[in-house]
Amino acid sequence: MNPLPPLFGRTRRYSDIDVSIEEHIQERADELEAEGVPRRQAEQTARREFGNVALLQQRSREQWQWPPLESLLADLKFALRRLRKSPGFAITVLLTLAIGIGANTAVFSVVDDVLLKPLPYPDSNQLVALWLNAPGAAGLANFESGLRLSESMYFTFSENNHSFQSLGVWVQNTANVTGIAQPEEVHTILVSNGLLETLNVPPALGRWLSPADQDPHGAKRVMLSYGYWQRRFGGDKSVIGRNLQLDSQSREIVGVMPRGFRVVDNDFDLLVPLQFDRATAILAGFGYNGIGRLKSGISIPQANADVSRLIETWMHTFRNGPGSNPFYYRVWRISPAFRPLKELVIGSVTGVLWVVMATVGLVMLIACVNIANLLLVRADSRQNELAVRAALGAGRGRIARELLIESVALGLLGGLFALGVAFGGLKLLVGMGPANLPRLSEVTMDWGSLLFAIALSVLSGLFFGSIPALKYSSTRAIATLSGSKRTASDSRTRHRSRNILVVAQVAMALVLLVSALLMIRTFTALRNVDPGFSDPAHLETLRISVPDLLVPNQVRVTQLLNEISDKIAAVPGVESVAFGGAAPMEGIDPNWDEMAAEGKVYPGGEPPLRLFNYVSPGFFSAMGTRMLAGREYTWDDAYGLRNNIIVSENFARENWGSPQAAVGKRIRQFSKMPWQIIIGVAQDVRHNGVDEKAPEIIYWPAMFNSPYTQKPVITGPRAVSFVIRSKRAGSEALVADIQRAVWSVNNNLPVATPGTMQDIYAKSMARTSFTLAMLAIAGTMALLLGIIGIYGVISYAVSQRTREIGIRLALGAQKSELKWMFVRSALVLTATGIAIGILGAAAVTQSMKSLLFGISPLDPLTYVTVPLVMCAASILASYLPARRAAGIDPMEALRVD
Amino acid sequence: MARNSDDRDLFPGALEIMILQSLRHKPMHGYALVKHIKQVSNELLEVEEGSLYPALQRMLREGFLDSEEGVSAKGRPTRIYRVTDSGIRRLEKELSSFGKMFEGITRVLAFSQS
Repeated sequence: MNPLPPLFGRTRRYSDIDVSIEEHIQERADELEAEGVPRRQAEQTARREFGNVALLQQRSREQWQWPPLESLLADLKFALRRLRKSPGFAITVLLTLAIGIGANTAVFSVVDDVLLKPLPYPDSNQLVALWLNAPGAAGLANFESGLRLSESMYFTFSENNHSFQSLGVWVQNTANVTGIAQPEEVHTILVSNGLLETLNVPPALGRWLSPADQDPHGAKRVMLSYGYWQRRFGGDKSVIGRNLQLDSQSREIVGVMPRGFRVVDNDFDLLVPLQFDRATAILAGFGYNGIGRLKSGISIPQANADVSRLIETWMHTFRNGPGSNPFYYRVWRISPAFRPLKELVIGSVTGVLWVVMATVGLVMLIACVNIANLLLVRADSRQNELAVRAALGAGRGRIARELLIESVALGLLGGLFALGVAFGGLKLLVGMGPANLPRLSEVTMDWGSLLFAIALSVLSGLFFGSIPALKYSSTRAIATLSGSKRTASDSRTRHRSRNILVVAQVAMALVLLVSALLMIRTFTALRNVDPGFSDPAHLETLRISVPDLLVPNQVRVTQLLNEISDKIAAVPGVESVAFGGAAPMEGIDPNWDEMAAEGKVYPGGEPPLRLFNYVSPGFFSAMGTRMLAGREYTWDDAYGLRNNIIVSENFARENWGSPQAAVGKRIRQFSKMPWQIIIGVAQDVRHNGVDEKAPEIIYWPAMFNSPYTQKPVITGPRAVSFVIRSKRAGSEALVADIQRAVWSVNNNLPVATPGTMQDIYAKSMARTSFTLAMLAIAGTMALLLGIIGIYGVISYAVSQRTREIGIRLALGAQKSELKWMFVRSALVLTATGIAIGILGAAAVTQSMKSLLFGISPLDPLTYVTVPLVMCAASILASYLPARRAAGIDPMEALRVD
Repeated sequence: MARNSDDRDLFPGALEIMILQSLRHKPMHGYALVKHIKQVSNELLEVEEGSLYPALQRMLREGFLDSEEGVSAKGRPTRIYRVTDSGIRRLEKELSSFGKMFEGITRVLAFSQS
């Protein structure tokens, strides 16, 4: 049997039924007529005998129908027809829904792709980031995530562990490619043996870097990223086996990685083997990111336990150099703190994204409440119709279903438009690339997003439809049929559901506005922080690195950089120029090590680690960093290898109480080394970002004797950030002039990552400004929706109470009193909403703690301002209808009906 | 509702059997069918129109019957119903189970009386 009767070709069936029945009646009438009954009477009798013709036709037709669907379609048609009749209402609701559902879908796509989806590696749940804890290494706590691995640790762990299928280390770097057109700086990722095996993504072309390629004495090889292969070689397949000049070293191309392959979350141009040499590996050098692939069945705690026993093995196997104590690192209390690789990738963005998701979700809820309110008003005006239908026998469920169908239809229609909004929104979001959002390249609209949009459409439709449906499907509604419109006013209960909705709206809007204001306060607090440099918009920064093979001699490197500085200084519009190992907030830490002040005794015997930077003369004046005491370096300090040193203000205060007292004091890295004399103290610089504490920094000159060797060896930075103060900063023309100046010194040196200090500074604030922008938009929307909600309720109340107002006015009520009556009722609702909202905000903002800076989540100013704003908005929203009420002519009002 | 219209018969399926059996004898239109059953049963059975037309439509849908345009004895346009092969198979199945049930009922009644 066919469970679904044919839905087509039924018209013929229907007319067959009608013809059959009609003939039946006629034939019966004929019979009666033959018995002597007059024709008219015969027909009447025949019809009466037959019964309810229409009902029978209906029952007969139903044999061909699937009644639940049929009546559903009929209801839907009816709902759509009514929507067409009130385009203003329909457009308002659809627009609200399109924006609400669209924003939610867009943010959901981001949350889904960034936070929920696994990393794009096979069996990525087996991948762990090999971070270590080292609570005894004080300065290293400044690193974002504990201690990274050293070369010797890589050897120890990879050779002796029982937990990993494979493990490897990697580090980001840059290199100069020469020999193809202009010299170019490319992003490289240096990888150890085992890294590609661990990530386990096969190459698109050629082969992986092999263990043989990692032999320090073996051939020099390299792999390309898909993007670089396309850009530089136009996707030419014959590229395998060809050579590339990388940092003046010829390397053979062995393979190309597939499109979209990234190492953790880093794009790159080239993969270069680290070529670790076990013979020269020392304990120190904790600069490598480790990734391991767990054997199946091994948990992270088991891997931690396995590797923690290897720390002793490591100290027994390697040294830092003759005479050094390998067990010094016991002080650091190193222990493995492995965690899922995904956690590392998405890191700090988790909080931001959930806040944004919650925010848009809340706005959606407010929007739904507003629509529910509109629907209530609409249902109110249909009350008579609904009551008639109930009286004619429509069941409670039947009426509720019809109201729900209307709202779900609205929801789905809104959802349809929302897909467009979401698509556009995502394009915009990916285009902006906010807050260094990880995995942004993976964000797309997919089936998940579509499903989410549909589910949200239906759910919100059911939600805002259920409120009027519950209210008006009750048989109580019949009462309104008997009661006429002549009664003075509606009862309190009729307004109750609308009032509850407005209170809920106010409460939710308050939570959003409080969060938004907290972010604004955070933003201004960050803006007020002195970053340790001035006027970043007029400070151009760029990086230049001098490869070992191009210029092996360090003195020559320093001279070269000095020459470049002089040439750049001669570029028109350049006020000052200098270079350092890193500019602030660039995310580069040139070095970290111990530094002991003379005469000071350190707990545990070892001084804490400090951030090291290497700066040229004029670095502080170019940056706009004030010298609080003493002086900057001169070129004589550098070339003369004088044991002079500059320290940061907080380092000076910690050791000698004031910057002035520090000048002339002596510090050194290790015993048996010559003392360095402090010649200057520089203002604190927020090296790790505006919202991070300024680290203690030791500024070495551009050239000095290495502290790491027994015999004096001259050392200094090779990869440096130039800082150039100029009114032309940020212009292409200036970068071109600088590039020419650099090439006039050495035409093999590219200028990399040009930009202004302002860009770097803004990037450091990006997370805050992104969250702020989202919350501010959401808060404004919530406030607007709240105002509309209050306005709607009060103006509805006014229209319902016209007659009462007329009587009051006729009896001598003052207009101002009347206005106040309505404004007061709005204020009562608002105050209730505020009270609930404050409790909600106090709870919700606790989870925002990590996003705030310089203020408490219970910031009193915020909690006073927002309620005041809400009250003002509520007065405004209620005053307009209240004025209309006061303007009512009592004669008019009483004449109605 | 419509699906339960059979309830008004003597027992479920009786109307269907009678319709099938009557139409196997000769294709008829609705009114003729009512008349036929009334006459053949010696006016003991009267088919209600309220059950007949929905039942006819259901049997059409299930493929036991076929309908075609035709005219009544008085020359009015109507629809003539006939039994299909599947309707005949259905009738025979129903008749046999009806026969068994009837026999069963008879035996039980006979037993109680003795």
